[in-house]
Amino acid sequence: MSDTTLPAVKLAAPRRMGHGTFWLASAAVALLVILALRGIGSEYAYFAATFVLQYVVLATAWNILGGYTGYVNFGAAAFFATGAYATVAFGKALGLGLLPCIGMAAIVGGALGFGTGVLTLRLRGAYFAIATLCLSVVLETIVVNWSYVGGSRGAYVMRPREVPWPFDTYSGFLCAVLVVLAAASVAIARTIEKSRLGLGLAALRDDEAAAEAAGVPTLRLKLVATSISGAMMAVAGAPLPYLGSYIEPASAFGLAYAVNAIAMPLIGGTSSWAGPLIGAVLLSSLQQAATVTISSAGNLMIVGVVLVVFVCAAPHGIIGLFRGRR
Amino acid sequence: MTEIVLRAEGVGKRFGGFTALSGIDLEVRAGERLGLIGPNGSGKSTFTNCLAGAFPSHDGGFTFKGQKLAGLKSHERARRGLARTFQLPRPFRGLSVIDNIRVPLAYAGRDAATDERAMECLESVELAAKANRMPKELTQVELRRLELARATALKPELLIADEAMAGLSNTEVDQILALLFRLNAGGTTIIMIEHVMRAVTEFSQRLAVLVAGRKVADGDPRAVLSMPEVEEAYLGR
Repeated sequence: MSDTTLPAVKLAAPRRMGHGTFWLASAAVALLVILALRGIGSEYAYFAATFVLQYVVLATAWNILGGYTGYVNFGAAAFFATGAYATVAFGKALGLGLLPCIGMAAIVGGALGFGTGVLTLRLRGAYFAIATLCLSVVLETIVVNWSYVGGSRGAYVMRPREVPWPFDTYSGFLCAVLVVLAAASVAIARTIEKSRLGLGLAALRDDEAAAEAAGVPTLRLKLVATSISGAMMAVAGAPLPYLGSYIEPASAFGLAYAVNAIAMPLIGGTSSWAGPLIGAVLLSSLQQAATVTISSAGNLMIVGVVLVVFVCAAPHGIIGLFRGRR
Repeated sequence: MTEIVLRAEGVGKRFGGFTALSGIDLEVRAGERLGLIGPNGSGKSTFTNCLAGAFPSHDGGFTFKGQKLAGLKSHERARRGLARTFQLPRPFRGLSVIDNIRVPLAYAGRDAATDERAMECLESVELAAKANRMPKELTQVELRRLELARATALKPELLIADEAMAGLSNTEVDQILALLFRLNAGGTTIIMIEHVMRAVTEFSQRLAVLVAGRKVADGDPRAVLSMPEVEEAYLGR
């Protein structure tokens, strides 16, 4: 196009770890965490780690839509609960165990995300946020009135008596499953962020009209993001019935999931895969510490206070603080 | 006879009860430099938005390279080689300068999506040295150049430069003009929408004038500018 011939300028782009290397590193970290937890071996360590890890998956999943495209989804609890109830429904109907139920939850969550996207992605800003909030209310009402999965009384899910090898307790197995899910979620988020898809999502987040003018099919990309995000949020919720062996709508659709899913990426930083990971580990550890030392009733207050502090002092999250100093 | 690259036939656009465009007919030949002028509110940007697919037109339609554009979204028109810049620069502020260029290279599929090609686009607008900077670090004229570089990354056959020189100094206007001349010399047809009359007269081979959503003149720039209807539109009776 241009007839100018200027000397080639070398890009001083930072060296990036390849996708394959990152997946291998994630797998190695996951293995180390599983071994470390196995070394500690206490039921509480398993429980606390599971609590933290489910938020790592949820926050990372939320960020794929909320952070990468800027579409704030207030319905995270709906997707999380969909995953949890997919486990109950498919477990009861087909006698499936936890691992196949996680797969089914991903399919149902992805389909729900796609459907929600088709109906709502022409909305923007507050209207989109309200639409996703309504989704949560609608789904909770459906589950409350669906007696097959326990309705408002809730449902009991018995843990299998046989513990998969090489784990000594079912809690250890459950925790290991969440370690793998968390590692996979982070690796998926990073792969998306550094790919062509991530570039398109970042463009549409900044300016949809300009992105369209640059050839980006914004609606298609948003649907992809909603589907992946929905599938992963449902996966985060799929092990929930096995955690306490009981699930009921009020807790599965609880405000804590919706608030934490948004607060954790915002605190960590929404522009990078590392943000939700840092935010989820910090905030859920803080909540877990508060639960055992003070009271579980104050959890959401802690989230609120930390969120207000970060929104005022570090609007781009912890990652933004580090990037700002470079 | 040079091929007609764009044909607008009876294009009309209404916003509620307000008619922004009415019965616009326009032909643009391949490699041509067309100036599109008119007072504020005359419908120039609405015409651009209808052509680029940002707004649907209510009447008439466009034919680009012999194909009807009706029903095609903005990104589909961009992929066919129809590029535009925006009146106010709209960079992707969360992406570096070179990533701003990587977006059209990666998505339009009209050129190799390589770093080398991205750097070539930046070199053509003399922004290569700022490839790793963020848009907030660029000056106004550099942002305009980034807009042009992002459009050229589409390897366009038709570029609509919507007020690419608004608010720039004389020297900066000359820089942007030189860029547009260079693009045109490379084979890109250009529609320049501009209020800087010096630039319009210097650049355009043909001038079309919109007034209150209607085309009132189309022809040789000097002849068009001396037409009573055009003088009246700009200076009043």
